[in-house]
Amino acid sequence: MKPIIHVENLSKRYTIGAKAEPYSTLRESLVSAVRKPIDRMRRNGPKAADSQFWALSDVSFDVTPGEVVGIIGRNGAGKSTLLKILSRITEPTNGKVELYGRVGSLLEVGTGFHPELTGRENIFLNGAILGMHREEIAKKFDEIVDFAEIEEFLDTPVKRYSSGMYMRLAFAVAANLEPEVLIVDEVLAVGDAEFQKKCLGKMRDVSQHGRTVLFVSHNIKAIQQLCDVCILLESGKLIAQGATPGVVQQYVRQQPTDQEQRSPSKVRILDIRIMDDNGAETNLISFDRALVVEVNCVVSETLLKPAVDIAFYRGETRLFALQSDKLLMPSNVTPGNWTVTFEIQPTQLVAEELCMDVGIREEGEGYSVLIEDAKKIMPDYSTVPAEALVDCLIYPRASCSAKMEATVNV
Amino acid sequence: MSSVTEKQPAKINAPAAETVDSGQAPLPDKPLVVIEPSRGRIPVNLKDLWNYRDLLYILAMRDIKVRYKQTLLGAAWAIIQPLFTMLIFWLIFGRLAGMPSDGVPYPIFAFAGLIPWTFFSNAVNASGNSLVGSSNLITKVYFPRMIIPLASVASGLLDFAISFVVLLGLMMYYRVGVSVNLLMVPVLIVLTSLLAVGIGMWMSALNVKYRDIRYALPFLIQLGLFATPIIYPASIIPEKWRPLYALNPLTGQIEAYRSAFFGREFDWFSLGVSVLVTFGILVYAAVAFKKMERSFADLV
Repeated sequence: MKPIIHVENLSKRYTIGAKAEPYSTLRESLVSAVRKPIDRMRRNGPKAADSQFWALSDVSFDVTPGEVVGIIGRNGAGKSTLLKILSRITEPTNGKVELYGRVGSLLEVGTGFHPELTGRENIFLNGAILGMHREEIAKKFDEIVDFAEIEEFLDTPVKRYSSGMYMRLAFAVAANLEPEVLIVDEVLAVGDAEFQKKCLGKMRDVSQHGRTVLFVSHNIKAIQQLCDVCILLESGKLIAQGATPGVVQQYVRQQPTDQEQRSPSKVRILDIRIMDDNGAETNLISFDRALVVEVNCVVSETLLKPAVDIAFYRGETRLFALQSDKLLMPSNVTPGNWTVTFEIQPTQLVAEELCMDVGIREEGEGYSVLIEDAKKIMPDYSTVPAEALVDCLIYPRASCSAKMEATVNV
Repeated sequence: MSSVTEKQPAKINAPAAETVDSGQAPLPDKPLVVIEPSRGRIPVNLKDLWNYRDLLYILAMRDIKVRYKQTLLGAAWAIIQPLFTMLIFWLIFGRLAGMPSDGVPYPIFAFAGLIPWTFFSNAVNASGNSLVGSSNLITKVYFPRMIIPLASVASGLLDFAISFVVLLGLMMYYRVGVSVNLLMVPVLIVLTSLLAVGIGMWMSALNVKYRDIRYALPFLIQLGLFATPIIYPASIIPEKWRPLYALNPLTGQIEAYRSAFFGREFDWFSLGVSVLVTFGILVYAAVAFKKMERSFADLV
């Protein structure tokens, strides 16, 4: 099928460092105009390229019409730069993009809202900024107001709106855009859970009407629910693209490799594996199946009653931690390969993304090896029952019973 | 296709059929937009600008609505500003200094020059700062950037029109009659607007890169007041300096406003020079703007 977006060798360079002042004054320009030739003479050539930074380098991909594409990657991977180029806000340094449809971009909800203007006026203003014509907005007006649930405040300046109302109105205008390609950046990071659900629903709606959506988010849950295919960026390069589950796996597997060696290395972690109860390596944990964590080490000197600790974090919150010496009698370990395996009963985890720290310590000592964020895991949402998709980290198996007794009239 | 079957339980009020059409219409053979690094001179895309005319209108309306929100006197400020300036000028230059005014009562002489000047200076000042003030738009959405300084100029037109009505009232009070020359006023308004657009657009683009403009602009505008026949008539400039004086495009225009209002002979030479200079500035500003435009989002 013919692509609706064709991206070819796209690169974007930013200049950083001393010269990357957000803006300059005339005086600085004059000074540098005078100094540059002198500098050039002195240094024999232009300044080294270390002050340049490729936010995107050589990215190529195609998007077919009707696809919902997730763009994922760590902070600074180039996702936002890519979206900015696609929505024509900034120019690429090299390469090109061909767009075969009208593009609406939504890099921020409520762009251009003016606090002094009323809700009604802002709907027209925001619509026009997003590229709609006045008649088009007028036609959609009721739908927008409906979606935002702000009828009675239509003629109130938006500076008197609660932040929730503000967000609802902003998203409502954007969601009623009807471009062939919709570019969305992190809008779901705002608003309450209820509203986020509504936005997700609206976006699914949009894609079901045959329109193409490009969606950037850190919210892997939303990406998994919404996107058919994903693109994974890492430091400006496209490192994976394809069906969502595979690319998400790869994203989750990206891990920092720095092992913090505390003491002269008696022991080193070779490999950490997370598996399901069939021994298949995975980063997606099944809602109701056991999870196996295997820590594989090389020991070069005898360890005195060592223990392996694993701890799972969500952000700064420690969800749970396991210590091998609490589960298993520790004994000295002689040089060689040492493998410690934890088997964790079904966790009923719904938490979006968990990081696992792994540490090894000898009895009565601090950690001799500690790897923070060694692995990332996340629930496999296809195994999570629908009723568990509420805003919580764990949905324990539970049952419920009720008893009815006749009231005694006194 | 799955999307068609899933459409069935969709909301009734959504014009589903239409959206399905638009979404699955065959793609054009040639891309609608090609995004590439621009090289060399970029032409002004007038079609694109025309497509966004609604945005221009709405942004101008926004500026107008917001300007006098939460003020006590509201739109009266549009009149107060030039009216009081005129009164001061009349006192100092008309009464004390005895400035000649080409046979017209000094108050309306000064007022006829002050109205276009007020419009021009407000427009240049507003549009000069407009791009920097709209950084939230520039870094988030695409639209022809020229719309922003254009809207700033357009939003001043309403105040301009209101003050003209006041001028006509003053002329009735001083029993100065009108003539067919008045028909030139719309042409002059277009000309002054184009000049304001040219200078404003240029300054706004420079301001993105060099924030010096923010400080230099009010100062330059102040100087402009004295380099233009507003408090004094052009006729007091010695004959041999007139051609040089006419290079200030506002000279020809302000004098022409007076000719239009007071039924005097037009000075076609200085007006002609003004037209040439105005269009020269406009073209130069547009080219400079397009050249700087590509880096706006990264600099602003």
